[in-house]
Amino acid sequence: MLSFAATVLLDGVSYGMVLFLISVGLTITMGLMRVVNLAHGSFAMIGGYTAGYLTQKGVNFYFALVCAAAVAGALGGIAELTVYRPLYRKGELSQVLLTIGLVFVVTAVATEMFGAFPYPMVFPDYLAQPVNIGFRTYPAYRLFLIAVGAVVAAVMWYLIDNSLYGAKLRAAVDNSKIARCVGMNVNILFTGTFIIGCALAGLGGAVGAQILSLEPSYALKYVVLFLVVVIVGGEGSFKGSFIAAIALGIIDTLGKYFVTQAAPYLLYAAVFVLLLWRPQGLMPSKAAG
Amino acid sequence: MTALNRDEPVAAPPATSFGAMTSGRSWLALVGHALPWAIIIVFYFMAGGYLSLGTQVLIWILFALSLDLALGYAGIVTLGQAAFFGLGAYAAGLFAIHVSPDPILGHIAAVLIAGLFGLVTGAMILHTTGVTFLMLTLAIVSILFEYANQARSLTGGDDGLQGVKIDPIFGMFEFNIFGETAYVYAAVVLFIWFLISWRIVHSPFGRSLDGIRQNARRMRAIGTPVWWRLLAVYTLSAAMAGSAGALSAHATRFVGLSVLSLLTSGIVTVMLILGGTRRLYGAFVGAAVYYLVQDATARISPYFWEFVVGLMLIATVLFLEGGLLDLGRVGRRLFDRLRRRPDPT
Repeated sequence: MLSFAATVLLDGVSYGMVLFLISVGLTITMGLMRVVNLAHGSFAMIGGYTAGYLTQKGVNFYFALVCAAAVAGALGGIAELTVYRPLYRKGELSQVLLTIGLVFVVTAVATEMFGAFPYPMVFPDYLAQPVNIGFRTYPAYRLFLIAVGAVVAAVMWYLIDNSLYGAKLRAAVDNSKIARCVGMNVNILFTGTFIIGCALAGLGGAVGAQILSLEPSYALKYVVLFLVVVIVGGEGSFKGSFIAAIALGIIDTLGKYFVTQAAPYLLYAAVFVLLLWRPQGLMPSKAAG
Repeated sequence: MTALNRDEPVAAPPATSFGAMTSGRSWLALVGHALPWAIIIVFYFMAGGYLSLGTQVLIWILFALSLDLALGYAGIVTLGQAAFFGLGAYAAGLFAIHVSPDPILGHIAAVLIAGLFGLVTGAMILHTTGVTFLMLTLAIVSILFEYANQARSLTGGDDGLQGVKIDPIFGMFEFNIFGETAYVYAAVVLFIWFLISWRIVHSPFGRSLDGIRQNARRMRAIGTPVWWRLLAVYTLSAAMAGSAGALSAHATRFVGLSVLSLLTSGIVTVMLILGGTRRLYGAFVGAAVYYLVQDATARISPYFWEFVVGLMLIATVLFLEGGLLDLGRVGRRLFDRLRRRPDPT
């Protein structure tokens, strides 16, 4: 019984880590920078396809992950400079529409380049094997996910809450006019932050490819999940989105074990009720007030 | 921060009633009003093999029109419109299978069910705004989608709802493979809803929606029951979307799971924005252009249309906030600016 509970916990946490890895970028772009970014899943997908393509060509797995983050980040930077920047001043509707437009474009390009079917990614052998963790054997891949997620969470927590960069970012988000007045280059700060967010999404899309499988519909299919993590966690709150992602992972895993039939819509129903109960999410960031 | 933010104040609608059209520059307005309907009628005789495509366009016009009421006029930024379209489609399909094959009864049932669903969900979520509201509408449409996917015995899951049989309308006009009946049926339903919408947006109620979109707080301050007004228009919009869904189920005798997908919400929003919000006819232009582009680009590559539609959407948001129907005004402004440039004084 205890080992079963531990298995559910590990399954849920590793799934939650994938959600966190991808959504943490969205917490930045949507939570902090206030862009309703429905295209976030596209950057995760771009990272996934990049890594998938490279590993199939026999490139080193970790180098492929770096490339995935780099490509997603670079494309994110270009997108920020060209189409996102005019959006900061516009309403939610414009943001929703433009980012849906981006999703369409990315989906079409992905289908054209890689075909409409799930695209396999090659993981190193030692990640594909189960390892002994005391009471049972467990897939090394999922333990790897948990490790990567934990590292990224720690780095992001330090970066946003404790570094000078984080302080600048929070200041610029709270009041970009004053931030400009005290001599900060808000534009570069935002572009850089957007690149970081998209690169993290690319990394998440790549390492999570076995759980959220790569296909052109990825960009639209999973974006609701990522949005749920950010909104439920409370916009702009890293702690909140971490907790939300892990909770979502565990709830979904529990659902798959016990109520296979109802799992997907129970999840959305839970989100619905939670948002009615706390419209600002679990942990509304103080900056959002 | 609702709807597309426009800097200039919203101009008064050109003609406030059908009566007003008989005076002043009425002939222009009259031609403007007659043109879309004339095209719809002429298309019936000219279409040939394209008639079922025309029916699809009519259905999506109605769907986009329903969104124009909620999103365009009242400024309710929703991504859940597919919930009502899908609910209407499934209701009409299931009604035909399990209750009665009569299309009119089925249509009314679908409209009532979609409207009731709009009323209930609207009452639950309309006090929220912005991203929270957006997420709630996404959650609703996702719940319905996943439910329809799971409940295979009821909906057929991702195989879709098959075996829908519809009686002839009034016992006289049979739905045949050439789709003449379906086309006329869709056109008549669209016309009825158009008249209702026209009457509503030019009524005091419609003007209060305009006010709510521009500044809900001020409207509340001058005594408008904002929440009730939003609920009313949301319910109406849901009923209309349900009607479009019922048309779709009747015209194709099939309901696919995709009617409830997020993509459906996305596409109808694209159509409305392409054509232009708050004009009613924007839905006509948007849906028609969307299908034309899809038809033309799908010949090049099956995925090319998605690419083009995406680019069109991005361009519309960045450069043409009023949609295609705004091309004239934007063009004039550009022309004025170009003309002024050589003369710096």
